[in-house]
Amino acid sequence: MTEKTALGRCLKLFWTFFIIGLCTFGGGFAMIPLIEREVVQRYKWITSEEFIDMIAVTQAAPGTIAGNSAVFVGYRLAGISGAAGSLLGVTMPSFLIILILAVFLTQQGEHEMLQKFFAGVRPAVVALILGAGLKMGKKSIKASTDIIIGAAALLLLIFSGIHPIVLIIAGAAAGLSIQRFSARKQKEAG
Amino acid sequence: MLFELFKTFFLIGAFSFGGGYGMLPLIQQEVVISHQWLTMHQFSDILAIAEVTPGPVAINTATFVGYKMAGVFGSAAATLGVIVPSFIIILCLAGVVLRNKDNKYFQSAFMGLRPVVVALVVGAALLIGRDTLAGWKDLIMLGAGLLIMLKTNWHPVLVVLLFGVLGIFIF
Repeated sequence: MTEKTALGRCLKLFWTFFIIGLCTFGGGFAMIPLIEREVVQRYKWITSEEFIDMIAVTQAAPGTIAGNSAVFVGYRLAGISGAAGSLLGVTMPSFLIILILAVFLTQQGEHEMLQKFFAGVRPAVVALILGAGLKMGKKSIKASTDIIIGAAALLLLIFSGIHPIVLIIAGAAAGLSIQRFSARKQKEAG
Repeated sequence: MLFELFKTFFLIGAFSFGGGYGMLPLIQQEVVISHQWLTMHQFSDILAIAEVTPGPVAINTATFVGYKMAGVFGSAAATLGVIVPSFIIILCLAGVVLRNKDNKYFQSAFMGLRPVVVALVVGAALLIGRDTLAGWKDLIMLGAGLLIMLKTNWHPVLVVLLFGVLGIFIF
């Protein structure tokens, strides 16, 4: 980060995550394309590989993906105060908007035009998440074992309803065994 | 009451895995069944609101329930409750991951993890699409959105707003 003081970095993180929190509809995965855009592409604060590792950690841990990612990026860039700044930033927009809605909420149904607006937003959100996933795949899936692991995980996720944490742990185990296997092969060859 | 709100949402934040919709069963259990702070009908209204407002479902629910039970301070207590566990847990995990990133075993574990994460993100999109999209208009918009995402450098927020406005004319 170019900001020199701790306070400056903290404020920059707060503001960046405030915008991310304000612009994410649907929460969770819908936030991934936005974080990637701001944190990896625009500011180049972390590399795309670190970004993928971050998603693994934030997915495997309890809590909201949004809050977890904000803490991880904030801590990586500016320590504990950075983590606090990003977490407050990503939470604040939801907090304020829901507070305003809760105060003014009436029993009447939603406005028809608003409903149509969101009917249009829904396919866009799916496209954004899918696009972010495919872009990540292009960068990180290189070896044939990567393709096998990725395809197996995708099939299991969609058709068996298996919990993502199980898949993440299985992926880490697969990585470790592939490494041991290739180390032994090298030994035998040498 | 403030402490009760904080404590309940702290537990939700600390023990619900999977984020977003994965947190719903626990929130429902605590807020609707155990504490009866909301009726099932009110809970499903919050989900509808959470879908059309920015931000994570868990935080939206916390803010709403807190306000309903104890005003502005209640929503602050509940919202803090749900985010504080993330702060503590991720700080510990991030410390471990960042310190050990040159470790051989860590590196090979993450080599195996990365394709799984790609699958999780692609899978999330497919599952959300299966549940929320229907009909050829949705599919055409999905295809157009995907093309924009992969072939151009448009900002995601621009795409969301553009498709929302298109929706007003199309649907």
